[in-house]
Amino acid sequence: MSKIKDRLIDMGEFMPMPGDDMVICRCEEVTKGEIRKAVHDGMFTMTEIRRYLRTGMGLCQGQTCGGLVKRIVAGELGISPLELEPAASRAPMRPVEMKVLGNEIKEAQ
Amino acid sequence: MGNCADVVIIGGGVIGNAAAYYLAKKGCSVIVLEKSDTIGDGGSSRNGGGVRQSGRDKRELPLAMYGVKNLWPMLSEELEMDVEYYQEGNLRLGKTDSHIKILQRLTDKATASGLGVRMIKGLEAREICPYLSDEVIGASWCPTDGHANPLLVTLAYYRKARRLGVRFITGEEVVGIRKIKGKARQVVTHEDIYEGGTVILAAGYDSRRIASTVGIDVPMTQAELEVLVTETQPPMFYQMLGTAEADFYGHQSAHGSFVFGGSSGYEDVNKDNGTPVTASITAPCICRGIMKYFPCLEEAKIVRTWAGWIDVCVDHIPVISQAEEVSGFILACGFSGHGFGISPTVGMLLSQMAVGESTVLDISKFRYDRFKAKI
Repeated sequence: MSKIKDRLIDMGEFMPMPGDDMVICRCEEVTKGEIRKAVHDGMFTMTEIRRYLRTGMGLCQGQTCGGLVKRIVAGELGISPLELEPAASRAPMRPVEMKVLGNEIKEAQ
Repeated sequence: MGNCADVVIIGGGVIGNAAAYYLAKKGCSVIVLEKSDTIGDGGSSRNGGGVRQSGRDKRELPLAMYGVKNLWPMLSEELEMDVEYYQEGNLRLGKTDSHIKILQRLTDKATASGLGVRMIKGLEAREICPYLSDEVIGASWCPTDGHANPLLVTLAYYRKARRLGVRFITGEEVVGIRKIKGKARQVVTHEDIYEGGTVILAAGYDSRRIASTVGIDVPMTQAELEVLVTETQPPMFYQMLGTAEADFYGHQSAHGSFVFGGSSGYEDVNKDNGTPVTASITAPCICRGIMKYFPCLEEAKIVRTWAGWIDVCVDHIPVISQAEEVSGFILACGFSGHGFGISPTVGMLLSQMAVGESTVLDISKFRYDRFKAKI
């Protein structure tokens, strides 16, 4: 894996492209153009993109858009999507109400 | 830029990035080395986002007050990015008489140091935040406190510093610092060697290992911090929250989710698997804490939890200091879980130290050699 480590690599200037207004992350309504722009702003990993734009931070936690975002980021960096680590999946697997999650002791008894 | 710069910063967290930005603004060339593949992957992304002055150690309070007065209000504008800073006050809540005693003690201490914070009754607390449980009988109230989005602040400093030409290298773990003619000069990584006129060490708990390569030790340990976030809720309130018992802290963020941090009581002894994983008992414990104070949130769904390691100094305030026996070496570590709120101030102070200016605030309380035996 040839990870990009130096954050000053030259990607050329950001050029708007047709399709930039396409919504990629539906939960948080993030467009392709915003994702491409974020890469030019220095966000090179899936985790950084996620923290910067909130892609994959909504209800589905990136299960829908994760692959698409990855392809766009890789395209912008000129690398294979395989070289990008996915953002970490987090517990809980599905959204859980606070009163249910906080009830685990009673359940166990 | 090659591998030489005026300043080499070890650690691309919020402290390192802020220092990099203020140094670049002064015209210095800067290299930032980050162990993780991702910028700001330690405590910087794993905290409650509090920009608090209340509840702070009095030695640290001037840093917090300076930031709230001079840096936080203009930060979004300066970094050309909305960092979601809200200055809506901090409520520290109490439900029992012993809680009120704790809060009173904290309030007295803060007032003595010149901070505008006061005790209020339950009724007034509910006027400020109508969603509070009726069981809350009092609170400490600091109207100038607030919160910001730690993920965005960390990345905003990074983005702006990068635009100013700072060279960030990620996935670059530092092995040690090498002195040349008695002066900190070379920073050695697994694959490369970087050289700086000044070396700033802001690598969280890893700072201990790295500082030891030039014979300096900071007495600190690490603790695990856990945070959870709810699905988007209608806008409710924007105060920063805490409790006398410190069972949880948090706020509602700009996009509507509530972000809450908290503890299970096992933070100091959690197993370090090499990756920051959440403990299964912590999030439920935080939920129970929240519901005691905000019963209206019991239906809110938790969408995500995460954890991270923070560096905890033995006296719970950071080391921000030149190392006298190693000239050109500056330590900035041991922030003990409250570094985020003072990160702009600390970044600015570090930039002043690195270029040899006198710092705008007294930092003598944060010396690296302040640790003495008890007898």
